[in-house]
Amino acid sequence: MTQTDLPADLQSRGHDWASPRARANVARRRRSETVLRVVGLGAILLAFLMLGILLWTLISQGSLAFRQTHITLNVPVAAEHVDPADPAKGNYRRVIAAAMSETFPEADTTEQRALSKILSNQAQFVVRDKVVADPGLIGNEVRIRVPVSDPYDQLAKGQVDTTSAAETRRLSDVEIANFRALEEQGLISKPLNWALVTANDSRFPELAGLKGAIVGSAYALLICFLISFPLGIGAAIYLEEFAPRNRLSDVIEVNINNLAAVPSIVFGLLALAVFLGWFGMPRGAPFVGGLTLALMTLPTIIIAARNALKAVPPSIREAALGVGASKQQVVFGHVLPLAMPGILTGTIIGLAQALGETAPLLLIGMNAFVTSTPATPFDASTALPTQIFIWADSPERGFTSRTSAAILVLLGFLVMMNALAIFLRNRFERRW
Amino acid sequence: MMNVMTRTEAEVGAGEQIKVEARDVNVFYGDKQAIRDVSVDILDRTVTAFIGPSGCGKSTFLRCINRMNDTIDSSRVSGLITLDGQDIYARDLDPVQLRARVGMVFQKPNPFPKSIYDNVAYGPRIHGLVRDKAETDAVVERALRDAALWDEVRDRLQEPGTSLSGGQQQRLCIARAVATQPEVLLMDEPCSALDPIATAQVEELIDALRQEFSVVIVTHSMQQAARVSQKTAFFHLGNLVEFGDTDDIFTRPKDPRTESYISGRIG
Repeated sequence: MTQTDLPADLQSRGHDWASPRARANVARRRRSETVLRVVGLGAILLAFLMLGILLWTLISQGSLAFRQTHITLNVPVAAEHVDPADPAKGNYRRVIAAAMSETFPEADTTEQRALSKILSNQAQFVVRDKVVADPGLIGNEVRIRVPVSDPYDQLAKGQVDTTSAAETRRLSDVEIANFRALEEQGLISKPLNWALVTANDSRFPELAGLKGAIVGSAYALLICFLISFPLGIGAAIYLEEFAPRNRLSDVIEVNINNLAAVPSIVFGLLALAVFLGWFGMPRGAPFVGGLTLALMTLPTIIIAARNALKAVPPSIREAALGVGASKQQVVFGHVLPLAMPGILTGTIIGLAQALGETAPLLLIGMNAFVTSTPATPFDASTALPTQIFIWADSPERGFTSRTSAAILVLLGFLVMMNALAIFLRNRFERRW
Repeated sequence: MMNVMTRTEAEVGAGEQIKVEARDVNVFYGDKQAIRDVSVDILDRTVTAFIGPSGCGKSTFLRCINRMNDTIDSSRVSGLITLDGQDIYARDLDPVQLRARVGMVFQKPNPFPKSIYDNVAYGPRIHGLVRDKAETDAVVERALRDAALWDEVRDRLQEPGTSLSGGQQQRLCIARAVATQPEVLLMDEPCSALDPIATAQVEELIDALRQEFSVVIVTHSMQQAARVSQKTAFFHLGNLVEFGDTDDIFTRPKDPRTESYISGRIG
């Protein structure tokens, strides 16, 4: 029996794989596969391009902050400015101004004061500290190397367009000429800017560093780890190994998965209301920051730990049960050790996420201007991301490059944490 | 290879003692009934084989004897199973302790990812059967000798158990199971993942284990049941169809379903 409505080439049973129709089909299939491959490759290339642009911008900007222009000066400490009986109370501003007279002998007092603006505000305190430590210096010269102030730092790094109209610049032609004179005398140098990680925040960009923020972030992450790691593993073990499967455990599971997707600022609001509002915890303390980040990290760790526990083959559980191990012995003696690499990987990824988190820390006041390193987790401090936030908001030119440098420091920490996660996974991963 | 069919009078005498007695056992997974009214007597120092087509409930029944079914949430067991006359589903009986008395070997070799030594020593340690290193050493050696593995691994006891070949791994699992000196040894298709040579070694071992333990083996292979067992139970669709001496089951089956199965028409 022949179906009359079938096309002619389908009337016979044997299909002709060489017919134009079949060839066209093959060509169409191959074409769509090629398109898919090209689109996929394009997406990856685009992503790498974006990443490259981001890194290039950061590095080209941030690398300026990795060096800091310094000036080396011999400062005569005259007895007329500093009383040997009480060296701490001397007029060191005048001492610094007088030092410029060596280089610019013809300058009067007013010009000297203007010239001393080349030095960072820190210079007078550096001299004071030296003199207080050794009062015998009064009447002699003190050799100091201090950062130059931000406008001159920008000038030394070629960031000032000296050909533009004088009104549009921070520095006048005379100021630029003075600085060039110092450069010609070889008093200006550009050493590596260790102050970026060894100094605390400052309102002078040439002095500002990340130490307080790094320590604050470290405290917050430590608190976050100490709370979320044991709690997360405990919750995962209970849910995965002991909890009965019923409607309640389904509800809990769905909620944990949803919590992982809650915007972090919501956790910040919660922490503001509960930790600061009800419990009256100190504002801007890394301890509170750690608690807040722990709230955020907990679902991530629970999910990672549950997946790691689930990945342990049932044959291991059966083997242990079969020789008469109790449920607890099975979990802690066999399942947990095998799941640990996965749990650690998930935990580190969660902590890396917490390290970069800004919004919740802003809400609990970790964006204050703090010029000291927190001694304990209960002292007010900033964290790396909030420090970046503060610097990005500051108008001085020096903070522009320091913001990029701080982002690079943060990225460096993130890369290290992720590398640790990969290392742990490869080192301890077991195969069955 | 083996002469399992010729038993001395003394062995027969020892084998007449009932070790495990099951009466009207039913197992449900949720609403589905997996086992229907199974009653069977498992004798001491005897190999009892459970045969039957896939899904007939033979493994399910095996797992009732050491209460491994308890670990499945939806499972429910009714009826009576006794070990030496003691109800193993009694409220005051600890299933963890029961599993030390009723050892189990699984289908796929599943050594712990630990050393050979620690694999075998694990059971005796958690049950407090050994007090010090010397006792542990002795128990490990005895178990490995019982499992005919001692000569192959005596020089590398600290190597991971997973580094052994498949057949060696399965014998390691047997050593692990006999290390706690169980009274009954349950084996769930212990040779299905092994090659013929390893299978022959394990079968030989099962025959030797009969001297000390009551062995229950689930197998897909009728030849294997005929080679290693003295008693055979044929399961079909959750029912125990026929139970008797292995010789009788394979030569003079009473039930037509048994006859169809052993002649290869169902299964």
